[in-house]
Amino acid sequence: MVGKDASVLTISTVGPLRGSVTTFGALVGSGFRRYTTYRQATIAGTFTNIVFGYLRCYVLLAVAAGTVGGRPGGYAPDQLVTYVWLGQGLLSVVMLWGWAELAERIRTGDVAADLLRPVAPLTAYLAADLGRAAHGMLTRFIPPVVVGALCFPMRMPTRWQTVPLFLVSVLIAVVVSFGCRYLVNATAYWLQDARGPILLWTLGAGVLGGLYFPLRLLPESVAVTLWLATPLPSILQTPLDVAAERDGPALQLGLVALQLFWAVVLLVLAAVVQKRAERRLVVQGG
Amino acid sequence: MIRTNELRKDFTVRVKSGRFRREKRVVEAVAGVTLSIEPGEMVGYIGPNGAGKSTTLKMLTGVLTPSGGDVEVCGLRPVPQRTKLALNIGVVFGQRSQLWWDLPLHESFALLRHIYRVPAAEHAARLRRCRDLLDLDDFLDIPVRQLSLGQRMRGELTAALLHGPRVLFLDEPTIGLDVVSKQAVRSFLAELGATGDVTLVLTTHDLADIERLCERLVVIDHGRVVHDGTIDALHTRYGSRRSLVADLADPLPDGFVLPGATLVGVEADRHRVTFALDGVTAGVAVAGLVAAVSIRDLSVVEPDIEDVVARLYASTDAP
Repeated sequence: MVGKDASVLTISTVGPLRGSVTTFGALVGSGFRRYTTYRQATIAGTFTNIVFGYLRCYVLLAVAAGTVGGRPGGYAPDQLVTYVWLGQGLLSVVMLWGWAELAERIRTGDVAADLLRPVAPLTAYLAADLGRAAHGMLTRFIPPVVVGALCFPMRMPTRWQTVPLFLVSVLIAVVVSFGCRYLVNATAYWLQDARGPILLWTLGAGVLGGLYFPLRLLPESVAVTLWLATPLPSILQTPLDVAAERDGPALQLGLVALQLFWAVVLLVLAAVVQKRAERRLVVQGG
Repeated sequence: MIRTNELRKDFTVRVKSGRFRREKRVVEAVAGVTLSIEPGEMVGYIGPNGAGKSTTLKMLTGVLTPSGGDVEVCGLRPVPQRTKLALNIGVVFGQRSQLWWDLPLHESFALLRHIYRVPAAEHAARLRRCRDLLDLDDFLDIPVRQLSLGQRMRGELTAALLHGPRVLFLDEPTIGLDVVSKQAVRSFLAELGATGDVTLVLTTHDLADIERLCERLVVIDHGRVVHDGTIDALHTRYGSRRSLVADLADPLPDGFVLPGATLVGVEADRHRVTFALDGVTAGVAVAGLVAAVSIRDLSVVEPDIEDVVARLYASTDAP
């Protein structure tokens, strides 16, 4: 290829599908790679998650001990241990909090650079988020789960399908969480500053997503409504219930199917919002 | 390569008009720009702050939706065909970055190869050329957030060129750069322009960029084109003249007239005078001056593009 005229435009000869997959894969890789550069933050965050894991675990075990029959919300104590420690691990995999990258880029006008690429912004951000989640799964998920399993009586899966179903559920949970975060961030297209919506999201997602307490502690009608009418339980509660084998095999699978439904709805919604936003976009400053 | 017809962009601004009331006001950022740029041209697009330069560029690249008029770049309509257009154009916004903040430069480049789906050999050839011309080798492994502005800008230029764009849009590519970095960027662009393969549209406040790079100059003010032509044509149109500056041994006598020149400045107790030359050669004017008064020092000053443009901006101040 020496002496090839470098200034002539040629598009890669690989097929469109293979090309798309390669591009998506490269973007996933970039998301992973970007997070590997923040090692100290990863260590500090993991440590904090473990400390809070102890607090939450003791509180919930005390609740179980004080409940008649010892099964609050239908969870045995070892299922509560699974709920708490896998929850601490998943927290930064699904990244419930702290993603304001898109809102920030809209506010500063840097989003213009995203629009100048031959990849749709939603696709590019989704790929990068999956890479980030993969990094989280390796660095942030495993330590709390190991600590929990060593220090508390944790429930181990009894069904063959639980582990693969849990992994699928986590993947979908990341997409659902991403869809919600993208929509919350995209309000910046209209508001310029998305700090208000992001604050509301942070409060709401923690409570209604099943981080602070298992949603099954709520009256059944409320819990069912939350699951069916909002995507929030699909972000954290569903993968945790799948792992803890809270329900029978049919409902275990059903919850993941419901998650999938929400993932599709949110991605479609985010694509529509992005399209509308691009039509009215104002790029700030220069 | 680029055609616009009566291209317009309005922004709606809400202005406070009472305790609770806000009025909508429409601001015309671009008010009917008609341009035609041929392949291989290098065009300087200048105007004062807020004239609509960046807004035009954003409409040409498909980032902003025009409020009216037609626009076509590389035979494509920028907004509806934005992703397709992205493969054909390269853009550098001097005030923004398209590189990944946390990744080393060479990883950003590798990622761009996948995003634009450039064959590996072609990517390598273009990168090698940019590395040579822009001296990238010293900082390829450094994360973008740790680069100096000059280094980052060289990285940005490379990033914009790796997919071999047919049109390159540069929005203030030399802003904030030191003299050496500016020179590096300019000579790189000059070399690029000399190949004739790339059409280049450059906005800048540094007119030296334009003088060095662009044959054609488009001046925009208040969203309208106020000049479109060569730099020489601009000088002719605004009557910019060469001038003769002389330091005299004795004060200039009252009522002194130099044939073929106009007295435009008197300083230092009438010891320093400036004449604008109205069509006579410098030699004739100097001879006329020397014959009449005794001279200590003398210089002939070429018309300054900055002056011309300043006069042009001032003359279009009232919309």
